[in-house]
Amino acid sequence: MLLFFLILLLAAVAQLFLPWWIVTPICFLLAAGLGRTGGRSFLAGFAGVGLGWAVAAAWLTVGNDGLLAHRVAQLLPLGGSSWALVLLTAVVGGLVGGTAALAGCWLRQAVQGNAAPIRGNAVR
Amino acid sequence: MIRWLKALLALSLTIALTWALNTRFGSVPPFGKFLSPFRGFWRNGETAADFPAQQTLKLPGLQQPVQVRFDDQRVPHIFAQNDHDLYYAQGYFTARDRLWEMDFITHVAAGRLSEIVGKDRLETDRFFRRMGLVYGAHKSLDAAMVDPTVRTVLTSYSDGINAYINSLTPTTYPFEYKLLDYAPEPWEPLKCALILKYMAFDLTGRSDDLRLSNALGKYSREVVRDLFPDYPQREDPVIPDGTPLDFKPVLVPAAPAGFEADYSPLVPQNQPDPELGSNNFAVSGSKSATGFPILANDPHLQLNLPSIWYQVQLAAPSVNVCGVSIPGVPFVIIGFNEQVAWGVTNTYADVLDWYQLKFKDNTRREYWHDGRWKPVRRVVERIKVRGQPDRLDTVLYTHHGPVVYDRQEKPFLAQTPILHAMRWVAHDAANEFLTFYRLNRASNYQDYTTALATYGAPAQNFIFADGQKDIAIWPNGLLPLKWKEQGKFVLDGTNPAHDWQGWVPSAQNPHVKNPPRGFVSSANQFSANPKDYPYYLNWNYGDYERGHRINERLARMNHVTPDSLRVLQNDNLGLNAQLMLPRLLGLVQPRQLSEAQQQVYQELGRWNYFYDAQATGPTVFELWYNTLAKRIWEDDFGKATGLEMRYPTRDRTNTLILQEPNSRWVDDTRTPAKETLAELARASFQFATDSLTRKFGPLSTKWAWANQKSTDILHLAQLPGFGHMDLNVGGGSGIVNATTERNGPSWRMVVALGPQVQAYGLFPGGESGNPGSPFYDNMIEPWSKGRLHPLVFLRSAAEKNPRVQTAWELRSK
Repeated sequence: MLLFFLILLLAAVAQLFLPWWIVTPICFLLAAGLGRTGGRSFLAGFAGVGLGWAVAAAWLTVGNDGLLAHRVAQLLPLGGSSWALVLLTAVVGGLVGGTAALAGCWLRQAVQGNAAPIRGNAVR
Repeated sequence: MIRWLKALLALSLTIALTWALNTRFGSVPPFGKFLSPFRGFWRNGETAADFPAQQTLKLPGLQQPVQVRFDDQRVPHIFAQNDHDLYYAQGYFTARDRLWEMDFITHVAAGRLSEIVGKDRLETDRFFRRMGLVYGAHKSLDAAMVDPTVRTVLTSYSDGINAYINSLTPTTYPFEYKLLDYAPEPWEPLKCALILKYMAFDLTGRSDDLRLSNALGKYSREVVRDLFPDYPQREDPVIPDGTPLDFKPVLVPAAPAGFEADYSPLVPQNQPDPELGSNNFAVSGSKSATGFPILANDPHLQLNLPSIWYQVQLAAPSVNVCGVSIPGVPFVIIGFNEQVAWGVTNTYADVLDWYQLKFKDNTRREYWHDGRWKPVRRVVERIKVRGQPDRLDTVLYTHHGPVVYDRQEKPFLAQTPILHAMRWVAHDAANEFLTFYRLNRASNYQDYTTALATYGAPAQNFIFADGQKDIAIWPNGLLPLKWKEQGKFVLDGTNPAHDWQGWVPSAQNPHVKNPPRGFVSSANQFSANPKDYPYYLNWNYGDYERGHRINERLARMNHVTPDSLRVLQNDNLGLNAQLMLPRLLGLVQPRQLSEAQQQVYQELGRWNYFYDAQATGPTVFELWYNTLAKRIWEDDFGKATGLEMRYPTRDRTNTLILQEPNSRWVDDTRTPAKETLAELARASFQFATDSLTRKFGPLSTKWAWANQKSTDILHLAQLPGFGHMDLNVGGGSGIVNATTERNGPSWRMVVALGPQVQAYGLFPGGESGNPGSPFYDNMIEPWSKGRLHPLVFLRSAAEKNPRVQTAWELRSK
């Protein structure tokens, strides 16, 4: 849960000032430090970035009465559904966050696995 | 080891995914960047907070504070204290609403689309470069910038646009930049000139010279004279028949001996739509309810979103003008001030000609002209292509102009291929900017004619009315002084007698002021009857029906109100159907038809010739008439001949159908049988009925004209979901309400002059170019119903008006 909250918070703040892909190093580093297992890290990354994107997209589209999202959802095409587009947005953001967190966790495990057995492995 | 593999695999996947979502593939946007709600398109949805009722904007380079008020249609009413600030603010607010649109059009005109979208548009880019739009824009700009007034306007307008561009970040880029994944570039005055050249291309970039030369080669002078006459049988010219000349004509160059060009396999491609046209008309005080003139204008252009027009009011100590501008060009282009109103329609004078060239050899370094070899100027165009190396394209320039259509270099060909140089008025310098600067400030007829004198291209029928009760119309622009039929066919590029030899003096352009009939009008028809006017301008103009219908109705009108003219703008009567349908019905024997066909035949007989949205008559008639015309001409002038030619005009076709049933052109030369006109008429009727039945089922309300015509307003980049499809509107080609599949009244305006000028207008779009704004397309609905909005015209920045609730201020940073 901690990893998820940290990703949600740090990614949201960083994206206000930095390009969107800053979520990749953030998730990667946080999961490398705190991720226990690959699966959990992926979920934390996916939910942390995805939820941030979903909430922000939903907020913006409600303020706009879904006008622009409705058009973009015809372009993509998602049948003009702005909520389907919010979902797609969340999944795209989530996938990036999730894979980055997974990579971070697994890389740490690989490094540590070669050096000495670590706590995280004991759980397995 | 497995752990390392897993980790590296996940890491590579992460990097690849992040990279892929940040990269554009072909026409697929970079999805991560585009969908990110922190940076991507979500940010472009307009919210209530984006448009406060009051705010002060700090902008660099303003000289004095500027007051801007917005009305309920989001139209800016700009009050500045000097010209510099006025056009600075116009640039700023136009860019704020339309930056992508104006930037995109300059990319099209400059042949720079590949830079944005990649190699798919390379041929478009080559074409526009070879047409020399940038070459023409540079020449016009150089001439314009010599004038200190225009220089101030163009530089401050550009500064205003740049102030807006510089305020942007990747997060706030307009929507289309994010979708196409590129960044806006700085504006410069050259781009203003480029947009005018693009309009000139759109309105005068057509030519049938090569097609007619091919017809001349295949048939004979007599045939061409008969089928492609210099003046139609049915016409109602802009300058009323019998209008006396008020000038002494200059000497016209003598026509040289006949020249017959070689067959040309290369004919113009990418030509603009021939259906572009417009209406304008003004009634004198003697015909109006108030005793003051009323003026109306509706330019018909391709209907796109964002719209080609942007409404604005511009006020400074020397000016207070209101109307529509073209994004990327300063001033009001069609509009009114307290004293005068003006509007434009296109005039189809022939200002684009082709010269057959004779090169010394295959290297094409020298061409023969006036008894000697002259050097060819070679211009290398460097075309940037997104994601690929630059392409180079060499364009040959002669003194006539550029060689637009080239073929692949084939040095093994013994014979030098035939190439043509293009002579086009858009390559000549003229100060159109000054025309609009002066029109915006005009207060009487004298000011209006002074303004028109510096105008070059595209030539327009400038209509005018003022509070002193004058009305007038001038088909105006640079018109080459030609011998009769000069440029009707391909010209001889070796003979100086074929060169353009000066211009019609601007004061001798066709014109009429306060004609006895009490109104002036134009609808792209002939400017003047050759019996009345001394100069040859062209052999072919827009079809006469719209103009004639307008004149017919205006002649009958009295006590005209703005609403009478609004109703006339929406008139749906089809004069071509009125003339031709009885004849076509008479050619067909109903008993030769099937039962279903007979039903359609009866229905057509009951039609009143109005192209209303729900009428089924126009659906059948249009398909029938066009199929018949095709069956008459296709074998003789169509692709089947193996030559590029054109069909005779509608007027000539009608004369054949009405009066020459035994004409040699009726028979289909591709069949052994000898067809009669009646057979062609029946076969085309059956073809029309059967294909409509296949499309819509048996005759029913589904055959409504609006369904068949299907008027669409598309986003400029043709993005699905960003336009309005299948509008329920009537009208059509040759109808006063000239709304066709893709073209139509792009702005409708009616102005009642008088002590308190009152104007009405709207365009099929909205002020905002942002597809995430409710003001992107809000005027389409009232437009499709033929309504007009009263236009807000403020006399001062502080004037109270219930429709104007927003007041912003611009201050120097």
